[in-house]
Amino acid sequence: MAFTIRIVAGSTAPIYRQIVDQVTRGVASGELSVGESVPSVRQLARELVINPNTVAKAYAELVDSGFLETQAGKGFFVAKRRQVYTKAERLRRIDESIDQLVNQTLVLDIEPEEIVQRLQDRFEKHLKPASD
Amino acid sequence: MSSIAISANNLTRYFGNTPVVRQVSFDIPTGTVTGLLGLNGAGKSTLIKMLMGLLAPTRGSCSVLGVDSTLLTPSTRARIGYTIEGHFAYGRMTVRESEQFQSDSFPNWNPTLFQNTIERFGIRPTARIRTLSRGQRAGVSIALTLSSDPELLILDDPALGLDPVSRRALNETILEFMESGERTVLLSSHLLDDIERVTDRVLVMVDGRILVNSSVSAFLERVSIWTCDSSDEPRQLPCIPGLIHAFRTGRRLTLVVVDVDQESEAAMARIGGSSLTRSDSSFDESVIAYLSRSRSSQSFLTKNATATATL
Repeated sequence: MAFTIRIVAGSTAPIYRQIVDQVTRGVASGELSVGESVPSVRQLARELVINPNTVAKAYAELVDSGFLETQAGKGFFVAKRRQVYTKAERLRRIDESIDQLVNQTLVLDIEPEEIVQRLQDRFEKHLKPASD
Repeated sequence: MSSIAISANNLTRYFGNTPVVRQVSFDIPTGTVTGLLGLNGAGKSTLIKMLMGLLAPTRGSCSVLGVDSTLLTPSTRARIGYTIEGHFAYGRMTVRESEQFQSDSFPNWNPTLFQNTIERFGIRPTARIRTLSRGQRAGVSIALTLSSDPELLILDDPALGLDPVSRRALNETILEFMESGERTVLLSSHLLDDIERVTDRVLVMVDGRILVNSSVSAFLERVSIWTCDSSDEPRQLPCIPGLIHAFRTGRRLTLVVVDVDQESEAAMARIGGSSLTRSDSSFDESVIAYLSRSRSSQSFLTKNATATATL
């Protein structure tokens, strides 16, 4: 099962962000394993028919956040996960997103239980390797 | 080679009393693909013609490959590939004949590139131009322009009227042309999805002015869409800093804002109260918001984004 990246133009997420998100999720779900190579910038740009600088920007961000590493002359590989942030900082960041979610829950008048259930479903979907 | 491929400085052009390009200034770095967006009549083709030295500026100046556009010599022109709107080609020639005709004028003609490009568009070299589809004619025209191995490529609406397969072939051709990283492309287009895929930077032209000059991703991140319920009778919209465009659908008021800050958010909260919600905008929504301004200026938005608007 080859890992495939798909992008759409005209989305609210910039194309480079779509690539970052898909690789990040691929790593989190185990679909991409440590040490596995990802397509070169040029190759992915050709496959998706997009500007290579967009791919380069996505890869640079993935290297910065520790998802990918680059080996000179060999390209990009899935890095052994190292946390670039301290635990406290990670919690602070996730709390920001949780606050937003809670606000929306209240604004949209949705039961907290339903939100918890939906979160669980979402995690199950993303943490299990997709089966096809 | 200079690191700026195209430069415009206060470039202005009048036709009679009508300003068509107004005080336009920008630089396009070498090695980038820049999309030029704007409604028909916004001044895109006039701008491109001035860059190519085919029209004299009324005021200001522009240069391509470091040479003032009004002083281009044939040898500098040979380093620029330019296709005019509509992909003009001689219908009576075959594809091969038009290649020979064109290649005579260029010292660095690349026959392999020509062959590869027409193959990508599914064109036989023996076909007569007038028997080709619109997409294939575009392919011939692009192939004729690219095969002279230009450093700078200027395409005036190359995707006009193309089917999806030809559009893809066009995008692939442009990206492959850019792979060395030393060439530069400026293309005007109305196909926003293709522009988002292919370009690094966008210039948005409205009524002869450049209102946006930005990388595609920064542009997307700077523009946000705000909606709120506002059932009030038509009235003055208060001053909202960064407001690009506002429109109403039923009771719902939508505001598109660039570089939102506390001041603009406070101004919007005064209209929408607790119903005010923010969402991100897509590339086409952002561009359309800018382009709609000129259309709606007479109705409720004046030309200045921060000016008071009547709703």
